[in-house]
Amino acid sequence: MTKLTSFTLNGEFVSTKSALDLRLVDVLRCEFNLTGTKEGCGEGECGACMILLDGHPALSCLMLLGAAKDRDILTIEGLRATQGFAVLSQAFNDAGAVQCGFCTPGMIMTTYALLRDNPNPDDGAIRAAMAGNLCRCTGYSMIVEAVSLAVQRRGETW
Amino acid sequence: MEAMEELKFVGKPTPRIDQQEKVLGAARYVDDLDFGPNLLHAQVVESSLAHARIKKIDTSEAEKLPGVVKVVTGKDFPYHFGLYMQDRHIFAQDKVRFAGEQVAAVIARDLATAKRAAKRVKIIYEPLPAILDPREAVKKDATLIHPELGAYSHVPWFFPKPGSNIAHWRKVRKGDTIQGFAEADLIFADTYRVPRYAHCSIELHGAIGLCDHSGRITVWAASQSPHTQRHIFAQALAPLGFTHQNLRVITPYVGGGFGGKAGVTMEILAAALPTLVKGYPIKIHWTREQEFYNTYQRPALVGTLKMGVKKDGTITAFDYLIHWDAGAYVEYGANVVNASGLSATGPYRIPNVRIDALCVYTNLPPGGPYRGFGYPELLFGVESHTTRMAQQLGMDVVAFKRKNAIREGDKLPYGAPMTPNGLTECIDRVVKTIEWGKKEEHSDPNKAIGKGFAIFWKAPAMPPNAASSAFLKFNEDASVNLLISAVEIGQGVLTAMAQIAAEILTVPPEKIRVESPDTDRNPYEWQTVASHVAWGTGNAVKRAAIDAREQIFEAVHHACFLEKDALYLEDEAVKCRTQPGFALLLKEIVINGIMVEDGTYRGGPIMGRGTFMPRFTSAMGDPDTGQGGHPCVHYTVGAAALTLEVDKQTGRMKVLKAVEAIDAGKAINPQIVKDQICGGLLQGLGTVLYEDMRFDESGKLLNPNFTDYKLPTAMDIPDEVIPIIVETPQADGPFGARGIAEHPTIPAAPMVANAVCDAVGVRVKSMPVTAEKVGLALAAGQTEVE
Repeated sequence: MTKLTSFTLNGEFVSTKSALDLRLVDVLRCEFNLTGTKEGCGEGECGACMILLDGHPALSCLMLLGAAKDRDILTIEGLRATQGFAVLSQAFNDAGAVQCGFCTPGMIMTTYALLRDNPNPDDGAIRAAMAGNLCRCTGYSMIVEAVSLAVQRRGETW
Repeated sequence: MEAMEELKFVGKPTPRIDQQEKVLGAARYVDDLDFGPNLLHAQVVESSLAHARIKKIDTSEAEKLPGVVKVVTGKDFPYHFGLYMQDRHIFAQDKVRFAGEQVAAVIARDLATAKRAAKRVKIIYEPLPAILDPREAVKKDATLIHPELGAYSHVPWFFPKPGSNIAHWRKVRKGDTIQGFAEADLIFADTYRVPRYAHCSIELHGAIGLCDHSGRITVWAASQSPHTQRHIFAQALAPLGFTHQNLRVITPYVGGGFGGKAGVTMEILAAALPTLVKGYPIKIHWTREQEFYNTYQRPALVGTLKMGVKKDGTITAFDYLIHWDAGAYVEYGANVVNASGLSATGPYRIPNVRIDALCVYTNLPPGGPYRGFGYPELLFGVESHTTRMAQQLGMDVVAFKRKNAIREGDKLPYGAPMTPNGLTECIDRVVKTIEWGKKEEHSDPNKAIGKGFAIFWKAPAMPPNAASSAFLKFNEDASVNLLISAVEIGQGVLTAMAQIAAEILTVPPEKIRVESPDTDRNPYEWQTVASHVAWGTGNAVKRAAIDAREQIFEAVHHACFLEKDALYLEDEAVKCRTQPGFALLLKEIVINGIMVEDGTYRGGPIMGRGTFMPRFTSAMGDPDTGQGGHPCVHYTVGAAALTLEVDKQTGRMKVLKAVEAIDAGKAINPQIVKDQICGGLLQGLGTVLYEDMRFDESGKLLNPNFTDYKLPTAMDIPDEVIPIIVETPQADGPFGARGIAEHPTIPAAPMVANAVCDAVGVRVKSMPVTAEKVGLALAAGQTEVE
């Protein structure tokens, strides 16, 4: 007997027959072809696999599919359609916050949640929020700058 | 010449052409490629011991597992491979030489089955003594890690010592050090230690290989070196009948390299395994743990440095004995030892030099290229030592370093003249920005503030014939497809190359698409390493653009009877100096040619071709002195300083302000150069403040994860980073440019050590300079930490 797992993925109701003990990151990437969610460590340390689970940043490499049942999952592909993404994407581009780009989707997911929950984070709050997303290229300065830019430009976006 | 003219695209902060795709999460990396339901997965079986003879491998239990396609061992591939010295095998043969080395592999329908089966492969070992310390390894009675050393083929500039564990010994002898030390008023010697480090690009190593029924192997790899990989695969698999034209390497976006994805490590498996299962793609992907112990590691060293100086601060003699722990295989790492050894003095003018850089085999993972290629390791000692000697002389540290700073034309350690550089300008601008000499007091009496300063240099480390090339194709709308094989690893090469082509062709960068490498389609590039692509590939791209421009002028000349010398490009049109009204839009001619009176056409599809071979370099130095050759094409120099806060109770440190100046020759894209400085500086600060690899006494890595190997996070960045670009043109660089990508890491470690000493009087002589070391020394009243 095959069990279906259903959840909301990027605003759509989806179901899968996959085994409940598969990691969510693998289900997203391999089954739904949502490869914007990256795997950098597989142990919850780097943040490249960051998604929003019921709106909160979550590490999809540490979640099994079973835990996604009836939850609301947003990946970078789903975030693209939002106004917040437009602000963030412009800010990351303008600040030169992108180098190899592998950590970038995870960074954007974290930033999106930060700006939604904190209308006006200062540098310290930005750094603290981003501390779970590792980047080896940029030295973070430009990423922090990008988030500050997005804060300035956010208007009524969130 | 171009540098004198007004530049329209070069030197401008053009937005990166890859950034929107990356922000969207749409950029494809190797693990994002889809190979369909027939994709097989491979899992390696790793050595549990650092040094042992393989007595028996029993694969029978693994083969019985449903879903297993094949179990492969060293018997299937008894072939050597390697970049500069062929001392590796695809799988361990009779011996394993480091813990984690691949001994066998399981190919299965899915990864879970492959992993389960791998655990069922039984290997019986006869343990051998594991040598972990390079100074133990060079002792006369030490166990030989490679008794076959004398039989390995290698590049002519390596000098292995068969019958020992010394894989290469780079000697430099300049002037007379005995005389130099005799002239000195002060002689001082000490020993510095640098541990191993991991690259930690966030993207892991991964590769997919397919051997199709036409007999060709295609490998998709996260790689800095597609052509070099193809060549190494061709060499290794030649006994099976594979040749270059039937090997293909495709490299999509790469999620960070830092040297770790140069050469060939695990990718050899993606080339070899598919030959046993034709028609099926096979994927092999490292975990973060494997990433730490079975790719290249930055090698460790113990260096004893002795210098002589006169009372007035003139350096008279320099003697550096370096034992590199280069690991179990040195096919790439021996060149780290070689290249950095030739320049181990740092950027100083020193008449009498003796350098002995020993590349020593140990039973630790293979040492290899890491951003900086040996220079950060060597300059930790040099820049600590020169600071201490200035202090012993009672001289200002900056004044001492500036006085001895190498200038254009000064003799390098191997005898050739120093290339044009702006070292003193870098020093002066850094010193001014950091307010050197101004003592700062902390408002908290438990904290002290210190300043640290360091200068640095680095030359591209490459064979003398490391070539680059470019193809440039015009399209009907005068847009351009530019084909190169330099890899976008985050450094911005696609954008910089578009800017160079744009400058020559007057076509804006946004109309130029630069493609990631496919060795079938894109022309040859040696590797994306050595900070050489801005210079080498940049030159090839510039030549390809000039070649295309010449073809355009030739067509106009034939169709319109205008002198070629009078023609020029402006705003995507051909214009003529002698006929102000003349203008032919590129989009009207670059594919369709130019119609002449009788209705026939001249010209046609414009395709530029450019190649670049470094001139003036040779590796033909004398083995015993290093003199006579010209191994380095040029040097990129710089200076850096920081202000450091140290907690006197705990040793905890915080970088308040960091300034780094680098002479880029010409910044093709100043925004990208500044990004490189900020990113590289933090990577360097990571190596000195947080990171290091710890091994147990059996040679097993204790911290192969981000929990125990601490990368800097956004919480750990300096309060302020000020990047400074200096531009002393490089005569043979495109628009005067030279590379800067590795260099920002180099000064970080010594300037932190120098700042700690300035703040609290503790000299730490080993990396990393952690809060623990500083705090314990302060508590014990020690002024030096070994």
